[in-house]
This record gives sequence, structure tokens and C-alpha cells, in this order.
Amino acid sequence: MDKAIRDVYGESLIKYGGENKRVVVLDADVSSSTKSCLFAAEYPERFINCGISESAMVGMAAGLALGNKIPFVNTFAVFISTIGAIAARTFLSYSGLNVKLMGAYAGLSAGYDGSTHHSLEDIAVMRAMPNMTVMVASDAAITDWMVKTAIATDAPMYIRLSREAAPACHDANARFELGKGCIVREGRDVTILACGAMVSEALKAAGALSAKGVETRVVDMFCVKPLDKALILDCARETGALVTAEEHSIIGGLGSAVAEELVRSGARAPLEMVGIQDCHAESGAYKQLLQKYCVDASAIVAAAEKALKRK
Amino acid sequence: MKMTLERKAELERLCLQFRKDVIEVLHAIQTGHPGGSLSVCEILTALYFEKANISPENQNDPARDKVVLSKGHAAPMLYRVLAERGFFPKEDMRTLRQPGSYLQGHPCSIYTPGVEVTSGPLGCAYAAALGLAIADKLDGNDAYVYAILGDGEINEGVVWEVLMNAAKQKADRLITILDWNGVQLDGAAEAIMPMGDIEAKFQAFGCNTILVEDGHDVALLCEAIDAARGCKGRPSVILAKTVKGKGVSFMEGQSAWHGHPIDDESYAKAIRDLEARADG
Repeated sequence: MDKAIRDVYGESLIKYGGENKRVVVLDADVSSSTKSCLFAAEYPERFINCGISESAMVGMAAGLALGNKIPFVNTFAVFISTIGAIAARTFLSYSGLNVKLMGAYAGLSAGYDGSTHHSLEDIAVMRAMPNMTVMVASDAAITDWMVKTAIATDAPMYIRLSREAAPACHDANARFELGKGCIVREGRDVTILACGAMVSEALKAAGALSAKGVETRVVDMFCVKPLDKALILDCARETGALVTAEEHSIIGGLGSAVAEELVRSGARAPLEMVGIQDCHAESGAYKQLLQKYCVDASAIVAAAEKALKRK
Repeated sequence: MKMTLERKAELERLCLQFRKDVIEVLHAIQTGHPGGSLSVCEILTALYFEKANISPENQNDPARDKVVLSKGHAAPMLYRVLAERGFFPKEDMRTLRQPGSYLQGHPCSIYTPGVEVTSGPLGCAYAAALGLAIADKLDGNDAYVYAILGDGEINEGVVWEVLMNAAKQKADRLITILDWNGVQLDGAAEAIMPMGDIEAKFQAFGCNTILVEDGHDVALLCEAIDAARGCKGRPSVILAKTVKGKGVSFMEGQSAWHGHPIDDESYAKAIRDLEARADG
């Protein structure tokens, strides 16, 4: 059984945050959901439960960063990217403060809670802000690396997490680098540039496509900003067709970022985008929602076939 | 310790100069906020010239005191005070709000020496002030954080969120000063958003409150700050009754001068007003 991303996150926070006394963890009364409660139990003196006051929480984190702390701010991605946005813009983006915004329950992973709790625009919001590093966790190994890297890197960051379990899509000895995509499967016919839970779905899709004689490259574009532009252009040149896959609106997310780079560079490769098609989702089991809103392996297969036809 | 009359007169002379210089700059650049700059003058002066342990020499010492001007639109007065305190040349005030200047329309911590926290979106910097106070506590710094709020600013919900958190954290090193001038951008505060019994509201949120009937009396402000420092276990809020546009007769209490450009005639009259008060 694969571990839920949130559980991995909670444990990594203890592992790396415990040894670094500058780490301070904040939550807005959802610590048992975000799993920041694990850190709270070990290091209560460096945990602040702000109650349900997200605006104050992000601003307080800014003050802690000014006081040379490394604050990790936890709540649902939908709240951090809306209620937290003014403080994120003022203090992280504009003032460059070393705050880590951890977006829990991102994408459709708040499932049954419905659209009010889904987060499908957070990447767009955070990516539009200057100086912001934006990353999306795809499995346990990379979640652990992200926590470690966030502590070691003096920069404002938004890191998108999931409530759900994600099958491992990286080798145990995989090495990651900020600003670089990570190729998780080689192929020469088409490239799927995916992030978050869509990386493992893309691997499934690649298997299905292989059975049909199509060899698919899969890239974990875990760092949406700064974007690995060189890798996108390599993939366009070497495979001739691209698909983006994300558990996020097709407006403003990874798909948009890739499209911007393709057009800017003049690279010629068809691009299909798998993502939420500019609509709100509804309550339901997570897997059901992925299927209904066409963000799963079969949607990726269909998009890849479409892209191949446009080659 | 009570302030000597000589020291008080000295600070009053400084305040008069600050007012004249701010009016001069705002007239020259035809933009910026005169009303709230004039009302916060003595509050900033009491902090930077009497009570807060901040100077260009200790600005990198983590244990220094921190002043956070949460009502960021009063930036011109903050800049003038910082310049006098030696953080940058006062001649640079002329570059205020101009491209390439380190003196932005609202204070920014990365551009301007002496600015602790970026402010402008009201209420935001207040939360950061509490964060600074918590960081000081974690590190055992013997320091105070002084946050200056506008009374229009306290319309913002986040202010009350911060107060809940400050009370929970027993943030007795966070000293809030309310620049209570009774006027906001659109009109009288009472008309735009009646806040009811403001002192009772702060008390209900767990604060020790100290009322200063004349927020333009530096000696009274300093006494209130001393009293706030003496209060343990909860945050203190100094309610400083001030006058928006203080010192310039036709600006006093007028919301129209919140952010209105100063024309030549008004400028001349304003300077005459300020000089007359100095003589009187």
C-alpha cells in the first residue's frame, strides 16, 4: 500500500524540521488533515496553531521569516492560494521572504467536500507572482526531497501536496534538482509532461500506449516555476508531440506554462492539455472525480493519440 | 521617567520640521498621502527618537526593537523620520514615488534601509509584526515590536485575527499604537464604518489598553509606551487620539486630504500655517 502524500509530508517535516531549529510550523486548525500535527506532537515549542485565521497565519509567517525563522505554513491549498494570496504577494513575492506555503488537499483530493474545497487554480495564482518557486509533489520520494530542499533553499515557495496516496514514480536513487524536470520513462513518439498525481497516471498511460506500439516519454515537471524550458524544447524536438497532464485547471497551470514556452520559442510540436476544463467539479470519491473530469490515464491516452495525429 | 520640558520642546521642533518637509515633498511630487502622514508624526518621533532601540548602527542586530508602520500610506512621514535618524540622506526624499527610487509609495523591507516590514495592504503588516515578536520570543531577544495601525485599518478582519493570536501567544512584547484620527479615505470613520467602543473591542480581544487623549503630545506618548512595557502576559494597545492633517488648518479632520495632491496655493498656506503654529 502506497503512503498518502500528506503522511509522507508530516514525517519529512519531523525528519528535517526537527534537526533545524529555525523551522517553525504554522497551521490553521487543520493540522490533523495536513499532518503538521505530527511535527506539533514532537516539537510543540515550534508549532503555532493560528486557529481559523489564514490571513493572519501567512502574515505571521512573514514576520517569523524576518526574524530568521523558516516558517512552513499549512492549510488547504484552496485557502492558502485565495485567503493567503495578499500576504503571499506582499511578503513572499514582493519582499522575497523565506516562507514555505504548503498547499494541502490540492487538486480534487478533497473529493467528497466538493468544489468549495477543491483547489484547481492555485498553481495559476502562485505562478503569476514574481519570485515564487512553485512545486507539485508526485510521490513519496519527491515529497521528502521537497521538504528537505525547501529548508535548505532561502526562497519563497509554494508546494502543492495531496491528501491521497500516490504510487512511487521515481526510483529510490532518483536525484532531483530545483528548476529541472525529471524523465521517469523514455520514449521517442510523444512526451507527457505531468505533475502531481498525473505522473503515475501518465506512466499507466504510457504502458497502455506501448501495447499499441507507441513509445511514450514521461516527464515529472514537478517544478512548474522556474520551468525547465530547455527540457520542454528537447522533448518537442525529439518526440515531436506533447501532452501536459495536471490535476488543475487548464487555465494558468502547467499546460499554460508549457504552451507559453512553446509559442515563445517557436518550437513546432502539437500540444494537448489534460486538466480540468475550466469548470468546477463536484462532491465524490477522488478516483471517481478523476475519471469524470477526465484527469486520469485513459484521458492521457486519448490526448496522446490526438497529439500524435496532429504531428 | 518624565520627559524634560527641554527635550519635549526639542522633539516638537523636530516634528514641525518633519511636517514642513513632508508637505514640501508631497507638493513637489503631486502625489502621496498628507493626512495620515501628519497624524502619525509624533507617534513615529516618540518611537525613533525616544523609546525604540533602533538606529543605523544596530539595524542588523536581531535583538533590536522593530517598528512596523502597518498603515503604510503614511510612508512619507516614516521616510522623513528614518532620514533624520540617519538611515539615508534626507535629500533623497525628493525621489519619493518616482521610478528608480528606493522610497516606494508604500514601505518595502527590501528597498528602504530601516523599513522592517513591507506594508500597504492594510492589516497585513500587523500580522507580520506579531510574527516578529514571536521570533524574538523564540530566540530570547530582549526586544519590543511596535506596530502602528490606522483607525480605518482596523476595519480589516485580519487585524482582529492578529489580536486573537497575539492574546493566545501572550505577546506582551508586541506594543500596538492606534493612530486614532477618526477619518478614513471616504469620510469620517464613524460614518464609513462605525466601530463602536473601540477600547472595549480591544479589551474584549484580550489586550491591555492605554488611552492617550492627545496623540500629538510626545511626552504623553512616551509615558504610555512605558506603561505598555510594564504590562506582562498580554499585548498592549495604545489608543492615541490624533487629528488627521494635524498642523495644517484646512487639512485637519478632512478626508479630502487623505491622498489629495497639494496645489501651489494650498502649499503656501500650509507652510504659513505650520510656521504660525511654531511662533504661537
